Amino acid sequence: MFGKLSWAAIPFDQPIPLITSLVMIAVILAMLAWITIRGFWPYLWREWITSVDHKRIGVMYCVLAMVMLIRGFSDAILMRSQQALALHSAGFLPPEHFDQIFSAHGTIMIFFVAMTFMIGLMNFAVPLQLGIRDVAFPTFNSVSLWLTASAVLLVNMSLFIGEFAQTGWLVYPPLSELKFSPGVGVDYYLWAIQISGIGTLLTGINFVTTILKVRAPGMALTHMPIFCWTALAANLLIVAAFPILTATLGMLLLDRYLGLHFFTTTLGGNPMMYVNLIWAWGHPEVYILILPAFGIFTEVISTFSGKPVFGYRSMIAATMAICILSFMVWLHHFFTMGAGADVNGFFGIMTMIIAVPTGVKVFNWLFTMWGGRVRFEVPMLWALAFIVTFLIGGMTGVLLAVPPADFVLHNSLFLVAHFHNVAIGGVLFGAFAGYTYWFPKAFGFRLDDRLGRAAFWFWVIGFYVAFMPLYVLGLDGMTRRMQHYDVAAWQPWLIVAAGGAALILCGIGCQVAQLVLSIRKRDSLRDRTAGGLQLRRPAECHRPRSLLGYEAEGDRATPPHGLAGLQAHRTAAQQSHRICRSFLCRCDRLRAHLAYLVDGGCRPHWRVRDVRRFRLARSFRIRIAGRRTGEDRS
Amino acid sequence: MRLNSWVAPALLFFPLAGCGGVLDPHGPVGVSEKLILTDSLAIMLAIVVPLILATIGFAWWFRASNKRATYLPNWDFSGHLELIVWAIPTLVIIFLGGIAWFGSHALDPYKALASKAKPVEVEVVSLDWKWLFIYQNEGIATVNQLVVPVGTPLHFRLTSSGVMNSFFVPQLGSQIYTMAGMTSQVSLEADEVGTYPGLSAQFSGEGFADMHFDVRALPPDAYAKWVASQKAAGPTLDRATYAALEKPSENIRPTFYKAVDPALFDAIVQETAPVAPGADGGPGGQDQPTPKKGM
Repeated sequence: MFGKLSWAAIPFDQPIPLITSLVMIAVILAMLAWITIRGFWPYLWREWITSVDHKRIGVMYCVLAMVMLIRGFSDAILMRSQQALALHSAGFLPPEHFDQIFSAHGTIMIFFVAMTFMIGLMNFAVPLQLGIRDVAFPTFNSVSLWLTASAVLLVNMSLFIGEFAQTGWLVYPPLSELKFSPGVGVDYYLWAIQISGIGTLLTGINFVTTILKVRAPGMALTHMPIFCWTALAANLLIVAAFPILTATLGMLLLDRYLGLHFFTTTLGGNPMMYVNLIWAWGHPEVYILILPAFGIFTEVISTFSGKPVFGYRSMIAATMAICILSFMVWLHHFFTMGAGADVNGFFGIMTMIIAVPTGVKVFNWLFTMWGGRVRFEVPMLWALAFIVTFLIGGMTGVLLAVPPADFVLHNSLFLVAHFHNVAIGGVLFGAFAGYTYWFPKAFGFRLDDRLGRAAFWFWVIGFYVAFMPLYVLGLDGMTRRMQHYDVAAWQPWLIVAAGGAALILCGIGCQVAQLVLSIRKRDSLRDRTAGGLQLRRPAECHRPRSLLGYEAEGDRATPPHGLAGLQAHRTAAQQSHRICRSFLCRCDRLRAHLAYLVDGGCRPHWRVRDVRRFRLARSFRIRIAGRRTGEDRS
Repeated sequence: MRLNSWVAPALLFFPLAGCGGVLDPHGPVGVSEKLILTDSLAIMLAIVVPLILATIGFAWWFRASNKRATYLPNWDFSGHLELIVWAIPTLVIIFLGGIAWFGSHALDPYKALASKAKPVEVEVVSLDWKWLFIYQNEGIATVNQLVVPVGTPLHFRLTSSGVMNSFFVPQLGSQIYTMAGMTSQVSLEADEVGTYPGLSAQFSGEGFADMHFDVRALPPDAYAKWVASQKAAGPTLDRATYAALEKPSENIRPTFYKAVDPALFDAIVQETAPVAPGADGGPGGQDQPTPKKGM
């Protein structure tokens, strides 16, 4: 029944994974017991696990990402402390364990934290911004989530049963071929990524269809909030890139299971083909992650500057330019493979060209703040830290795009610092900004402000302390993935970096505390505007108006002119507010339509059509009144 | 020493100079690459530093509590600004793109270095987990130590016995992948006497961390003496010795061979070199995975 599975697969001889996994199992069992004792199963099953509601799925994606962030970060702590100790010594992690840890760290952070968080936020916000009830294929959406969750389970099982890949997060052959990696680690990786990859592909199809075909009436493409545009670009990239990943890993699977020779070094196999294919997916992948983050920052900066986005069309052009260009740069990940000067030069220049639309976005964010009234709320703090950090990360990225510079920096800790600089400073800060920004939308109360600020400062300072030394180490000639080293000059920097990781740990601690505390004192944090409309003081409204089809609050958010217009606006808004006290209520289609129609009237250039819109809204109101008895139980 | 290691982190960017990395090159390739690196960095800093300051400055000046700041809630487009906004990064990138294009040609690893001296031909094989250097013309070989003459171009032909590695001597310049079944090339030169650390820059498995070697750059006459002394004594690297050497091993001390099978390198590239029993060439269709922990 168990095939080759035996007790030998359990790491009894390695205390760290054994104890970690036992603790994880204990926590999971305790949670399951708690759920059973409190009788939450029917609720969980009906309202969450089997839910096809995009908001609930979005929330579940984000929860999954946050849990995996803790897992991936514990790997990071282990690596940082190992490297801080391992001068002239073996440290406390043997190579086969250290190699699993950095492979798992990369895999988890990219696929199950960054990807999952971004998809969660898209799931939550995009349909709301488009003014629709749900995504185009709600059931597919649920399938995507649970495929991702299965992959997460698989990766985490490898901690306790068997082992994880010891090859790095992209499992380059020939190292990942059966000959050099005979263990089950690479198989865990391949199956997990194949499963989650299919889930992601379904998400991509779902969102492209949703954004292109299922928008509320009147929501033209060029009226969409920027987040929807970036989500569109990211999902187009998913649709174009993920089949490459699935096919490439499929070929590697065939190599391993059927003895084929796609990427072996013998019998005509060619590992270089794998490296090309995996980066043909891998580079678009990083834009799949960063584009939605750009969208979140655009919304956040606009909202907390009290101004519409500067250069809306320019932003869209930049987004779509990045979307297309991201497919033309993959070779910069292996300039050192010896492709020749023309090829390297071409890909170097293409890579740099991406910096143009990205630079334009930075300028547009700056001019969005210009003439605004900037409120330094937590999401805005993340956005500002993002701009500064991303500028540095982008700069080192362009530096690495210069082939001669890459020849000496490739695979060094400089590279590691660069991509953490953009992945943490860009994607993760974006996820945190979006999480803080949309949290009240999802749950009707805000996250605790003080702990949010503490988490922000720990994270930002911790990031700089942890990763700036890695730039120095890279220039000192230290390569990545070293289990130990003999160069004494590296150790002080690695100790500093480990200190940075400890600061980030404090940041994560603050975030956990923030969530727990905010739930406990949710009544005092109640966001009165959640699910409704804040009419009187839009500029002070913490709630993102962009959810309802806005680009920003501020002047455009003022009600239509004239007493009658104002009256109609207010009535409809109050109506919508009453119906949707809880944001997760079931009448979202009506609410979204109503809110959309009501809010739609606020946009100055739509004023001509207001009358018709409000008439429509009235007819909706009648229908809502009919359904309220059945629907408004919450 | 102890004090130093604690003071160093405090002086965040000072220990950069003369630290044995890519900012302390000892060869023409490394020097050019450092120049390109610092020039590109300077060009970008010229735009990135003002942008960072502007970010902080704009956010601070336009803070909601600043009553002196103008409030322009409707200002969301300016054609002139858009033009400038697209033009600035474009111009910078045209400039940098030029550097990338010309730099990529001038410093192509395959390009022979301009020099009057005849290059030393070295064949490099990355093994699990050590480096084999075969001096084709001298007929000698070394493991985990590379001895080179100063001021003479070094022409490397590289391959791997199995997994991919990257041959990298930070203070000499360009790295290049080593891949089984094919050769890559790189030309480097050391122009000062010294010992430069070299390593693999591409993760290659369990023994990866110990896969480093020293490059000893000697004056030409000392180098000639060294070659002569190598030829005088030591083991010979023939197919059988190679088969034993090719077996995975970690943390190998430098080893020297007085003679080497001249066709060995090509045999490794063609994958016809004998391999140790147990590490057969690739899995057959009937092979089942044989995991370490017996799953």
